[in-house]
Amino acid sequence: MRSSDFAFRVGVGAFAAALLLIVVAIAVTLANDSTLSIQRFGLRFWGTSNWDPVAGEFGALPFIWGTLYSSVLALLIATPVALGIAVFISELCPNALRAPLIFLTELLAAIPSIVYGLWGIFVLVPAVRAVEIAMPASLRALPLFSGPPLGVGMFAAALILAVMVVPFTSAIAREVLRAVPASQREAAFALGATRFEAIRAEMFYARTGIVGAVMLGFGRALGETMAVTMVIGNNPQVSLSLFAPQYTMAAVLANEFTEAANALYLSALVEIGLVLFVITLFVNMLSRALIWSMARQAAPRPAVLVPRGAEA
Amino acid sequence: MPRKVLSACFVGACALCVGLALVPLAFVLFFVVSQGIQSLNVDFFTHGPRPVGEPGGGMANAIVGTLMLTGLAAAMAVPIGILSGVYLAEYRGSRFASAVRFAADTLNGVPSIVIGVFAYAVVVLPLRHFSTLAGGFALGVMMIPIIARTTEELLLLVPNALREGALALGATRARAVFTVIVPAALPGIITGVVLALARIAGETAPLLFTSFNNRFFSTSLTQPISSITVQVFTYAISPYEDWHRQAWAGALVLVTIVLVCSMAARLAAARVASIRGQ
Repeated sequence: MRSSDFAFRVGVGAFAAALLLIVVAIAVTLANDSTLSIQRFGLRFWGTSNWDPVAGEFGALPFIWGTLYSSVLALLIATPVALGIAVFISELCPNALRAPLIFLTELLAAIPSIVYGLWGIFVLVPAVRAVEIAMPASLRALPLFSGPPLGVGMFAAALILAVMVVPFTSAIAREVLRAVPASQREAAFALGATRFEAIRAEMFYARTGIVGAVMLGFGRALGETMAVTMVIGNNPQVSLSLFAPQYTMAAVLANEFTEAANALYLSALVEIGLVLFVITLFVNMLSRALIWSMARQAAPRPAVLVPRGAEA
Repeated sequence: MPRKVLSACFVGACALCVGLALVPLAFVLFFVVSQGIQSLNVDFFTHGPRPVGEPGGGMANAIVGTLMLTGLAAAMAVPIGILSGVYLAEYRGSRFASAVRFAADTLNGVPSIVIGVFAYAVVVLPLRHFSTLAGGFALGVMMIPIIARTTEELLLLVPNALREGALALGATRARAVFTVIVPAALPGIITGVVLALARIAGETAPLLFTSFNNRFFSTSLTQPISSITVQVFTYAISPYEDWHRQAWAGALVLVTIVLVCSMAARLAAARVASIRGQ
């Protein structure tokens, strides 16, 4: 190797190393700045629901509950829709429609979170409130629908999250379906399968990748901040009710970070950030591993499957 | 025949899913445009915010703030992102490249609010001040992995014959990369940067406690600065009708930026493809 080539490699390598460094620095900084809270509360931090900054008591259970509950609900709504879109675009739609539909779904991902939030406050929340008021009393007696009809709350948050997650999941699922070898479909059709049966066979073949796509959407939902903060009601409580105002980890950071008046309060908030970081890290790693193993398996054509945000 | 009926139902259900996703898109765009256009006027672009109760005013300070923040972010992320992308593409087999690729994908998945916490810890705390620098840093961190991965992908699309030709003529690796390979991919890379900028300009969460907000016109790097997104957030959760109108106008500006950028990127990409195809 020429010495100038070596210098070039080291030179651009240094910039690439910056990327690694940033990720390590995020982990170290968050861990470091949350030690106070970790030492003070230990695991109790995640098991109790008393969030009282004035008294110096911090229990983050309602936040992790709200984050997981809203994300799971969003997935329940978004996954069938996203997979339907992926199947329609990759398998069923006429060629002329494909590019415009991809553009429109990408646009859905490109609209800033704050715009969804604004729309959520002034359009979605009143609509949700109307639905809640119209709900028959017999249903209202269920724990799932208990509480006053405020509009803001878990249901509005899950809906808006679902809208924001759909384009991500469907984009990855589309790529995954594209990576399924044509022989799979051809074989199914040759055996006399209907369209539905052929697609079912393809989806079965691509199941790992599809689970990966859904997980990736989950990772997005966990970290989504602005739109959720604006419609979830920001009330730290653990409740099954869809109508109850609740809180998420990202939302409490957005609302309270600038108000953290002492070191312990700040440290408790950073610990929430740390755990959010670790959870999303695991979910993303798992989803990537799934998508990759699917790509390997389907390998004849090296499909570029690793998602990037820039697709929006 | 029930199997055929089932199949037809399935096709219909998939088409319905597409419709279901497009309904919220249409709703959001409709409200943003119809509400935003009412309060969008020249003042919006030339005046700062007025005190509560005094109608009118605009977001001139926030627009300047967003431009400065995205400018800083680009100044940080474009060189690091493109050169990391070059490394990833040129030495794609190496173990270090896999580690960096993994780091980029990880960073891409980190929630933006967590990036904000990180920027708070490493820029705001040492400077003891919310500042434009801190906000630009947070946005830059978000932008680096997007640009790196886009650049890598586009460089891999450049035909290997170009690289081999340059090296066969005796060019060093650096010369081959910077005078032959990168220029060949440049239109695509620029498109990627524009898309990344559009995405970054719409970010709110990482700015809440880095660049914070500022009621006044500022171009200082070390003072808090307003941005369109944070201003929209402040106005949206306020109790004042007039501020709500301003928020819708701000949202319209944001959506317009995103729309124009993605359409321009799409047109550019189509054009490049058609030139290549000939």
